[in-house]
Amino acid sequence: METSIFQYGFIIKGLLGAIFASITAGLAGTYVVSKRMVFLSGGITHASFGGIGIGYFIGINPIVGAAVFGILSALGVEYLSVKQRIREDSAIGILWAFGMAIGIIFIYLTPGYTPNLMSYLFGSILTVSRVDIIALGIMSAILILYFGIFYRTILYISFDEVFARTYSSYVDVFKYITTSLIALTIVLNIRMAGVVLVISLLTIPPNIAMLFTRVYFKIVIWSVLAGFVGTATGYAISYYAGIPVGATIIFTLVILWVMVKGITQLILKISKKRTLAT
Amino acid sequence: MAYLFEMYSLSASYGANLVLQDVNFRVNENDFIGIIGPNGGGKTTLLRVILGLMKPVTGKMVFNSDLLNGNSIGYLPQMSTGDINYPVTVTDIILSGLMIGKGIISRMSASDKKKADTVIDELGLSGMSKSTLNELSGGQMQRVFLARAIIGNPRLLLLDEPGNFVDTTFENDFYEKLKELNKRMAILMVSHDVGTISSHIKSFACVNRSLHYHPSPEITNEDLLAYGCPIQLVTHGDVPHTVLKYHQ
Repeated sequence: METSIFQYGFIIKGLLGAIFASITAGLAGTYVVSKRMVFLSGGITHASFGGIGIGYFIGINPIVGAAVFGILSALGVEYLSVKQRIREDSAIGILWAFGMAIGIIFIYLTPGYTPNLMSYLFGSILTVSRVDIIALGIMSAILILYFGIFYRTILYISFDEVFARTYSSYVDVFKYITTSLIALTIVLNIRMAGVVLVISLLTIPPNIAMLFTRVYFKIVIWSVLAGFVGTATGYAISYYAGIPVGATIIFTLVILWVMVKGITQLILKISKKRTLAT
Repeated sequence: MAYLFEMYSLSASYGANLVLQDVNFRVNENDFIGIIGPNGGGKTTLLRVILGLMKPVTGKMVFNSDLLNGNSIGYLPQMSTGDINYPVTVTDIILSGLMIGKGIISRMSASDKKKADTVIDELGLSGMSKSTLNELSGGQMQRVFLARAIIGNPRLLLLDEPGNFVDTTFENDFYEKLKELNKRMAILMVSHDVGTISSHIKSFACVNRSLHYHPSPEITNEDLLAYGCPIQLVTHGDVPHTVLKYHQ
């Protein structure tokens, strides 16, 4: 086994990764789930794989390529849906597969062996670097500030865009910024959970929170907590069992969802019985 | 009587499709105007122009800046615009009616929240302030959206098909409420339910690309034909009935 210093660094890295991943995923995920953008976010994630492939091919950090692809595809879909010239779900479906195709083409065109492909698809602790953790930390700060400062503006635009347009001329600006930040959040979390599974990191925690609260602000808080439990536990299991971290995180989160669902159902039943008895 | 706004030979279009043509229209303080006309005739477009969501292609629109500016128009859109499953509470939805005139960095003050509580009581929504829309009935939801429209105490209230989701038990209360509100604000109400609204409004405007103003609440079939304003008549009574055209 590794030296204790290495293990210590590893735990710190894991802990910080789990904290930042759950903050970013909780904030972005609550928006995505509330606004029913899960499919769009899945499209952005898979489109960004094209950027990873091109990043490999031209020899830059694949995450930078993924960020460019993710943001451009997010803005593209948002723009097309505003113009309403194309069916949004079809556009996303095309983008989804096209990004994957480009990614695979360029990875296979890249000379030499590409050992990290699995880590991008399913996440890997070993490839999560210091830079990744710092980037996620900065992203956490940006999202907390953005949602903290513009909370009501963002909430009201996403709840009722038509009404928001009657008092604000910034509706489209906010939509584009928020969608870009979500794309960036997804891309930065690819290292943690992988392309295939990252969308669940965003969508499962808010769904756990929504089992017992319907207030947007509280959903964010509980999502971050649920996300932390899921990522930290998943990280630990992944480390000891040698399974890709994305899979263990999602597995833990689903188990957590089932448990919370069971508990809330039980409480509901008991309180119903009580009201019937009295 | 002081006017709130006036439109002069105004036209509006979606691309090449001209929806409003040469509209002259004046709305005064304390008006209560029912806006009727066929679907696609331009009723909602008229509201969109008033709200500044659509720019007229020709003609102009003049607001009486003493009484009315962008901040003092209340708006009740058609029900379909907000997602009823969205995790946002009744109080927060109503508070969004105060976003008009606030910047993008908006905090709601204690007095804003007090305004929300007042309007919640006024519209009989007490006890539902922390609910989300999917826990409410259609009539209650409509009251939430009405509350959002009037919380800022506007001088002009625009209602787009408010009857669509009002349950019958609330219907009378709803129109009574509008009558009361009409004492302090002018109301424009889009509807295709001429039968129901005629007993509540003061005058009609018939919109079918052009706009014809009819200065009394009674409107006859001949008027409608003269205005080129075919509409479906919906009536309410003890016995359900259908009105057919005369035999040839």
